[in-house]
Amino acid sequence: MIEFIPPAFIYIVGALLVPLLRGRVKSAYMLILPVISFFFLINTQVGTAWEINFLGFDLVPFKVDRLSLIFAYIFHLISLIGIIYTLSIKSDLEYMAGLVYAGSALGVVFAGDLFTFFVFWEMLTVSALWLIWARRTKASQAAGFRYLMVHVFGGLVLLAGIIMYISEQKSISLGFIGLHSPATYFIFIGMGINAAWPLLHTWLPDAYPESTVGGAVFLSAFTTKTAVYALARTFPGTEELIWIGAVMTAFPIFFAVIENNMRRVLSYSLINQVGFMMVGIGIGTQLSINGTAAHAFAHILYKSLLFMSMGAVMFRTGKIKATDLGGLYKSMPWTALFCIIGAASISAFPLTSGFISKSMVIDAAAHGHMSIIWLALVFASAGVFHHSGIKIPFFAFFGHDAGHRVKEAPPSMLIAMGIAAFFCIFLGVYPKFLYSILPYPVDFVPYTASHVLFQLQLLMFSALAFTLLLLSGIYPAEIRAINLDTDLIYRKGGRLFYQVMDKGLNAINRTVERVFIGEFIVGLTAFVKQLPAKLLAKICWPFWKTAFEAPDKKTIHENLLKRARSGFYPISIIGLFTAIYFALLFLL
Amino acid sequence: MSTEDTEKKHIFDNPKNVQRVLYGLFGCLVLLLALEPFVHKHSYFPWEESFGFYAIYGFVACVLLVLAAKYILRPLVKREEDYYD
Repeated sequence: MIEFIPPAFIYIVGALLVPLLRGRVKSAYMLILPVISFFFLINTQVGTAWEINFLGFDLVPFKVDRLSLIFAYIFHLISLIGIIYTLSIKSDLEYMAGLVYAGSALGVVFAGDLFTFFVFWEMLTVSALWLIWARRTKASQAAGFRYLMVHVFGGLVLLAGIIMYISEQKSISLGFIGLHSPATYFIFIGMGINAAWPLLHTWLPDAYPESTVGGAVFLSAFTTKTAVYALARTFPGTEELIWIGAVMTAFPIFFAVIENNMRRVLSYSLINQVGFMMVGIGIGTQLSINGTAAHAFAHILYKSLLFMSMGAVMFRTGKIKATDLGGLYKSMPWTALFCIIGAASISAFPLTSGFISKSMVIDAAAHGHMSIIWLALVFASAGVFHHSGIKIPFFAFFGHDAGHRVKEAPPSMLIAMGIAAFFCIFLGVYPKFLYSILPYPVDFVPYTASHVLFQLQLLMFSALAFTLLLLSGIYPAEIRAINLDTDLIYRKGGRLFYQVMDKGLNAINRTVERVFIGEFIVGLTAFVKQLPAKLLAKICWPFWKTAFEAPDKKTIHENLLKRARSGFYPISIIGLFTAIYFALLFLL
Repeated sequence: MSTEDTEKKHIFDNPKNVQRVLYGLFGCLVLLLALEPFVHKHSYFPWEESFGFYAIYGFVACVLLVLAAKYILRPLVKREEDYYD
């Protein structure tokens, strides 16, 4: 009797069977995988842990606590939604990659030791890569390679940190780490690359917009949120995270305002939302960790909903740039409605999921009297409404009519969006559901009169700003252009480094070659070659001059040189040497 | 499909409906400010006490955001679409 199978096992082994099945059986099979896995999961007890001794280490491939459970619940829900969404896209590669990807994320979430953790962490990267490459365009191929390079680098940094940490601690168990030694900094940064920290974030807006229609839905859910989980597990209360998070909430919105590609706008707002979670982890109180977990849960739903709606637009029109879109509410009204629900949730309108989760993090900052952080978070809240809440639905579905007359999204896509939209509103209306599965007991009331009123004031006056700027023509027109990002630092930096090395080290190399090989060695050979002849000429010239009518000095010199090369000397010279030799023998 | 669509008038094809949305927005704004005196505030920071703080902050933040993005960031980072090719 099998009592329990870990979710990662069900997903990853389950993925292998996908190509063997056909048609409806395949669809039914894929839908049932998350359901079976979830069924096993709700029957596990908090505190369950499997231990295996392996090469002298205590591996804990499966360990359950409340923090891992909430992430596991949302990963199950979103993988089910993602599978429903992609049913109309017949691509085994995407199905398998998506299932292995979700399974790896679940593996990370339940890993109880650093070894298991790292293996699943790397599987995330490898499986995510195929969701980008499955688009099969030149741009996606290139973006995939860049994604791979960044994450392999991040993985190596993490691995270096883990190895150093294990040798420090003499234990591989995964728990609170905290910043205190070089090893922990390596782990911290390795995780930070997956969390898309400022300056380390460029892989995200680079790769996600190049992925497939369905791939972006999976990608938006797992990699960054697994990193959020990992940081919440190992670095809660690390003050650096508060500042990193605050910067993350603020800077991407500037890029989002001027970005033309809608899925890239969503990628920037994804970074902005993960910033709130970073702040929550950094504050490290029960309220803020609850806030982070709740926000991750809510965020995965509305962010994937937004990616699904833009994916549906791309699926039907083949366009994703704001300059090519507009007026789609006429032909895709349901997609427009679901997009608006997602947009309202990300903006944290009352009665949506964002309102009940984001406010926990902002309140935690206020409780800690962090005025600058608080102001940054409120600014980012207004900003995210501006660029995600209004810009995405407005430029895609309203605004200037681009003249697309297409069919509504396929039923499977509408169902998937409908489920996500339902949860966005359900969590907002009935927050107790989400609060009951948070890691710590919740003592937080989101719906107070002042809180609702002030949030509405903030959002509606942001909307006023958008309206006035748009009507006055100040709002930056969508233009066909791309924007550089901070990858410039390492892109150009890399080239600069190359040139400095080229000009610097290669110059030394060239100089040494010229001086040593080109001049010194050549000179030495010539000198050694001519030495005997010159010496002879020097010694013999006085004798020759007096002895007979000699040809001029030059001819004799050349003659001698020729003989020196061939090794034949006039007998008198050999005789002279012999005489000198014997004289020396006799004297010594 | 397309012929049917061109014949059919959609809700925002009528400029009056766009006007209505705008008036609705302005009405909401006035209402939100009018309600503020009746709400009990429990503030953490002194600036939250002042009237209309969130409204002003939201408006100013968004205007500054757009101006900074348009006049500072865009000139710095804008490139042709084939820049990387």
